Amino acid sequence: MALDSRVPKGPIKDKWTDYKNHIDLVNPANKRHIDIIVVGTGLAGGSAAATLAELGYNVKAFAYQDSPRRAHSIAAQGGINAAKNYQGDGDSTYRLFYDTVKGGDYRSREANVYRLAEVSTNIIDQCVAQGVPFARDYGGLLDNRSFGGVLVSRTFYAKGQTGQQLLLGAYSAMNRQIARGKIEMFNRHEMLDVVKVDGKARGIIARNLVTGEIERHSAHAVVIASGGYGNVYFLSTNAMGSNVTAAWKIHKKGAYFANPCYTQIHPTCIPRSGDYQSKLTLMSESLRNDGRIWVPKNMDDVKAIREGRKQPTDLSEDERDYYLERRYPAFGNLVPRDVASRAAKERCDAGYGVNATGEAVYLDFAAAINRYGKEQAKIQNIENASDAKIYELGQAIVQAKYGNLFQMYEKIVDQNPYKTPMMIYPAVHYTMGGVWVDYNLMTTVPGLYCIGEANFSDHGANRLGASALMQGLADGYFVLPYTIGDYLSDDIRTGKIPTDTKAFDEAEKEVTDRINFFVNNKGTKSVDYFHKKLGKIMWDKCGMSRNEQGLKEAIEDISALRAEFWKEVSVPGGDKEFNEELAKAGRVADFLELGELFAKDALVREESAGGHFREEHQTEEGEAKRRKEFQYVSAWEYKGEPKDAVLHQEALVYENIEVKERSYK
Amino acid sequence: MNLTLKIWRQKDSNTKGQMVDYKVTEISEHMSFLEMMDVLNEQLVNSGEEPVAFDHDCREGICGMCSMYINGEAHGPDRGVTTCQLHMRMFKDGDTITIEPFRAAAFPVIKDLVVNRSAFDRIQHAGGYISVNTSGNTQDANATPISKHAADEAMDAATCIGCGACVASCKNSSAMLFVGAKVSQYALLPQGQVEATDRVKNMVAQMDLEGFGNCTNTGACEVECPKGISLDNIARMNRELIKATLS
Repeated sequence: MALDSRVPKGPIKDKWTDYKNHIDLVNPANKRHIDIIVVGTGLAGGSAAATLAELGYNVKAFAYQDSPRRAHSIAAQGGINAAKNYQGDGDSTYRLFYDTVKGGDYRSREANVYRLAEVSTNIIDQCVAQGVPFARDYGGLLDNRSFGGVLVSRTFYAKGQTGQQLLLGAYSAMNRQIARGKIEMFNRHEMLDVVKVDGKARGIIARNLVTGEIERHSAHAVVIASGGYGNVYFLSTNAMGSNVTAAWKIHKKGAYFANPCYTQIHPTCIPRSGDYQSKLTLMSESLRNDGRIWVPKNMDDVKAIREGRKQPTDLSEDERDYYLERRYPAFGNLVPRDVASRAAKERCDAGYGVNATGEAVYLDFAAAINRYGKEQAKIQNIENASDAKIYELGQAIVQAKYGNLFQMYEKIVDQNPYKTPMMIYPAVHYTMGGVWVDYNLMTTVPGLYCIGEANFSDHGANRLGASALMQGLADGYFVLPYTIGDYLSDDIRTGKIPTDTKAFDEAEKEVTDRINFFVNNKGTKSVDYFHKKLGKIMWDKCGMSRNEQGLKEAIEDISALRAEFWKEVSVPGGDKEFNEELAKAGRVADFLELGELFAKDALVREESAGGHFREEHQTEEGEAKRRKEFQYVSAWEYKGEPKDAVLHQEALVYENIEVKERSYK
Repeated sequence: MNLTLKIWRQKDSNTKGQMVDYKVTEISEHMSFLEMMDVLNEQLVNSGEEPVAFDHDCREGICGMCSMYINGEAHGPDRGVTTCQLHMRMFKDGDTITIEPFRAAAFPVIKDLVVNRSAFDRIQHAGGYISVNTSGNTQDANATPISKHAADEAMDAATCIGCGACVASCKNSSAMLFVGAKVSQYALLPQGQVEATDRVKNMVAQMDLEGFGNCTNTGACEVECPKGISLDNIARMNRELIKATLS
């Protein structure tokens, strides 16, 4: 099947408006007869469910957690971008578009990104109207901060809990529709397959995670908003339950999976401390506004610090290597995430890591505390302020800005980051790859949509900070509600989709067969055993840098591990009950397939772009080297075993932006 | 360190539960409490027993999914943290730790340490929102200035994660800190004024219907709240309710 991105004709700034002016609409009376399933209730799914219900469709929403409010969007800390130009620092729709395409290393679809930049301003208006308490200045207007990879301040925030506040906004909009009966909410439910009737997505099979019942749900369209697949690495900043199952199931039923190898490894996470570790914790990128990243210049100091003979605060300025400021003077500590992560790895690989494992660098706030302290002393007319007073004044400012993040760090690491620099190291955070969608956010299966992190569309090979929240809400509030209407206008006479049909019988049988296998397979190893092994293969061979040999090994290793899994996995308990191990087994089974496709995709992409760094393709200075012949989206078609997947290419055409070397120097 | 765990086991909501003793060994002080529970569960799975069911997800203190009543305190002995952020350095080698579910009539046990907190959702359905369409055709975000103090105070109320520690800690199983926080967030912002009267009345009515108790100002909820939600929010809710009832 040829890939058609269905990007409308015309100048880029008019595409979306023209598109909206010419699509088919469904009249309000007919919307009442149309059902839509939304899987996932994070920023994308929650905002989509609320908006579709408000338009008059009957929405069924599904979440594996006990409430839509718990989706992992809630953990996003730093902020959300919007081209409001409230700071008057030269921001515009075009500049946000430009920064996002460049930040993504010229591997995203131009028209989608432009639309995203265009609707970004609406998101802020919408959220304020919903009562989202964004940070404000003393004049009562909205405050902004800067994020990596850009030269303007366009990031709106609510302390270090922006994702929480935006999700609670979407959740409140959902609550209004749940109260009106327009959203039927299925908490503690997991989608286990999509049902296709005559080639169109017409429903899902879901498992009630409390009772274990298998349920059939039909609809005229299905929207997947199930988030990213970072947990394929076992350790990531994702929630424990975050999984690829919904996205992978639709892939197996005909939806192409795009660019699985594009993974974001976030530079500022708390380093791992031991084998028992269950997840990694992110420290917001916003900290790089004020924190300076460094390692010691001299190996002797590194050793002294590791052995506890020296403290980081003992080192003078001259003895520190602020390597980001050294290598990238223009952007300094605010280079994009992929660049910052690789630079940290480069220093640690060279032996300069500052903790026992050698995998940590410093994030230091001393300079910021000093700077803010002096500023405050001036504001408060304190003459000849002592160092202690300056420190006290400065600490108060840093605390107001990042207090909750500092507290979180202290609770986990048991060190006071106001007194001693934080230790950080990169960790898997976000997946730019995902289900392939066209301009309408529809997958290669008619009636099956994919939004938010689960799709591939807007971030190319690297996502800029504060852009995930923007994309999730843009897709859910402002894009999908239009595009899905165009599709559903053909369904006004279809009537309710029955669930007592062969298509549902077959899908349900597949699901129950697999569950029965798990509960009856008396293997010898736990689900986590396999998940951890998979994670190690992924981190070692498909991590921050990749090479041909490692990727080939990864494909073999994962394939072998998967075979062992299906022989040896042990799942205690039964199927008709609350059984977390059973749910986990299904998710890990899917990760074991995705991981192999991931490695295959990374192997085929013989270039470095954004988060995908192939050691064979780098500049003399160790920067990522793109190759013109790979200026396309890799969309994989499922053909049985992951290694047999067939590659389809969507060429990326840039008409409104000049493709050049991505430099932050 | 080596520990004895006394854990509430209950097959499902219809079966009677009981405390069961377990031993775990070689627990690192750097582990989180839930990682210690992972060690126990791995041990149980490997010996063919059913693991202890508990709710958890983000493991960074923000989703509100994890619960657990540890040694008589919601989220355990540390302050300002959820169970997933509680670290084993708070305990000593040889300790016996009692682990129960959050207990309240309105939070029935689903299994072991997992409880049903959907009553919280239903209170939100009753009025935890501003009735504005998600069309994007609202006024510009900066059209209505909001005082920094009001915005900050609204934010403090809005940081509630809906975990239910307030209910579990209250001798009356009152949900007034939870409801007060939501009512306050909107009451402090101009956007929330239009529906303020109906909102507080409807949310309080639903709260009572769900079987939560009343507030007798012991303040246990504030102490145990992982996000430090202030009792002031309960006072503000009461003021809003009186205002709404009298007007």
